[in-house]
Amino acid sequence: MNGREDFREILRLVRPGARVLDVGCGEGELLEMLVRQKGVDGRGLEISSEGVSACLARGLAVVQGDADSDLDYFPARAFDYAILSQTLPQVRQPRHVLSELLRIAERAIVSLPNFGHWRVRLDLLLQGRMPLTHALPTPWWETPNIHLCTVRDFTQLCDVLGLRIEACAALANGKPARTIDPTRPSANWRAESALFLLSRAGSADAGPAPAAATAKADLFG
Amino acid sequence: MSDGETAADVAGAGSESIRFPASQPLRLDCGARIAGLEIAYSTYGALNADKSNAVLVCHALTMDQHAAGTHPRTGKPGWWAGLIGPGKPLDTDRFYIICANVLGGCSGTTGPLSPDPATGEVYGLKFPVITIGDMVRAQAMLLDALGIEKLFAVIGGSMGGMQVLQWAADYPERLFSAVCVAAAAHHSAQNIAFHEVGRQAIMADPDWRAGDYARHGVRPEKGLAVARMAAHITYLSEAALQRKFGRGLQRDGLSWGFDADFQVESYLRHQGAVFVDRFDANSYLYITRALDYFDLAGQHGGSLAAAFAGARDLRLCVFSFSSDWLYPTPESRHIVRALNAAGARASFVEIETDKGHDAFLLDEPVLHEALTGFFSSAALARGLK
Repeated sequence: MNGREDFREILRLVRPGARVLDVGCGEGELLEMLVRQKGVDGRGLEISSEGVSACLARGLAVVQGDADSDLDYFPARAFDYAILSQTLPQVRQPRHVLSELLRIAERAIVSLPNFGHWRVRLDLLLQGRMPLTHALPTPWWETPNIHLCTVRDFTQLCDVLGLRIEACAALANGKPARTIDPTRPSANWRAESALFLLSRAGSADAGPAPAAATAKADLFG
Repeated sequence: MSDGETAADVAGAGSESIRFPASQPLRLDCGARIAGLEIAYSTYGALNADKSNAVLVCHALTMDQHAAGTHPRTGKPGWWAGLIGPGKPLDTDRFYIICANVLGGCSGTTGPLSPDPATGEVYGLKFPVITIGDMVRAQAMLLDALGIEKLFAVIGGSMGGMQVLQWAADYPERLFSAVCVAAAAHHSAQNIAFHEVGRQAIMADPDWRAGDYARHGVRPEKGLAVARMAAHITYLSEAALQRKFGRGLQRDGLSWGFDADFQVESYLRHQGAVFVDRFDANSYLYITRALDYFDLAGQHGGSLAAAFAGARDLRLCVFSFSSDWLYPTPESRHIVRALNAAGARASFVEIETDKGHDAFLLDEPVLHEALTGFFSSAALARGLK
């Protein structure tokens, strides 16, 4: 995700002025855009001291910590959105982290590379080697990803955890995002990377959906 | 501890003292009261018209109010001269910096070396036992006297960081932002143990005279020097000590005696010797006791998050240093988790360094950049120019 297409989509999804936690915020690029362009009350969690230092120098409120162990210390519903941009495959316990995201926030925005993309499947099938694509650009021996999954894997985990997929978009390098139905097999073949807007299924007090959530075409262009 | 790096005179620097009338005593946690409290403080920069740009700097165990500029007695740069000044993170062109000598100190603020108004004689051990909370209450009295209702920021390292945490717990409504560097929310068993060694060294010195040395015209310099030597080891990392001295010798060959053969011995003796010239032994006892008694969670039913219950709107930044074994990173992480649980706007970073606890006094570029970013964004949010 060299161009970070997901940032553009996340910026569209987040309600102005919302309380946002960016988990794995890196050097604060997305968080700064959210604060500047959407006026959010933004916080970040980042594991590397270099990343946190860069965030602090930008004037962002960021805590050095680990998604696996530090989310547990945030109170329930402290945020409107918790964002996990391309970070889920890098945590030790994706299931726990995903569940925590929706404990501390009304909604979670999760983007991840899709290991079910046709190019990934083809690479593995024909070359017999770990695939290198736009969404998965680093070789196996230096990738931070330890829990790769497919769109289908992810939607199944959402089912198990009782999470509702409010919206989903396929992201591809340099192309506009397109709305997809992640439960369809074709989506799993075609999406290089996917972005999900999640909430707790049946959570009556999840608050109003973001203004555009009902009009998906608007959401994802 | 080490000195700052650069000498720089700061515009608007002033050294002052305020004495409160006996009718306005300082109420202490132990139940006693101090009448006629005196507070010595320094200021740098100028207070703006609506008094919204004041920053309180809290000093560590053996520091004093001369945080910036040139120290009037030693001629050395202030202990945070690297951080305070025009264009520095604590920019004296924007902020009005106040640093007060702590209660119990020996640089002008009422302490065991001051005369007891009841008898006219030096307090000595008649000085009541004080706490970090008492120090902060005295600082709040100073701000009241200066007409400053709300601080733009409170910042401190080591014991200064503990005062910052106490401020956040006791007077959150009087703070807009806060920075806690290389501190902890309580003293650990190891912290207390090292302090006890220092205190026993002082009290074992025959010149201590049961704390009454001032009246006898002597000073327990040997004991105080040993206390300082033991403490100084805790301020440095093993790696820094090894790098600086290794097994290096003072002269060629061993003396086959107990002179300072090793450079590290000579260094520690020097640290002890210069310390006794500028610090009072009883102050050392009282302030280390205040540190040992410090337990912020203990003051709030064992819950640190409860201590920060009023700090929801506070912008608080916590720093630790990777090689600090006096107040190691897990202590800071503990503080940050409690702040998150309380819903405060907390930031935290562990800075990579091998310089140990003393790193908070040294020029750490990462700390400076982070502080500049933190104060700039906070100033923007506060509407400061």
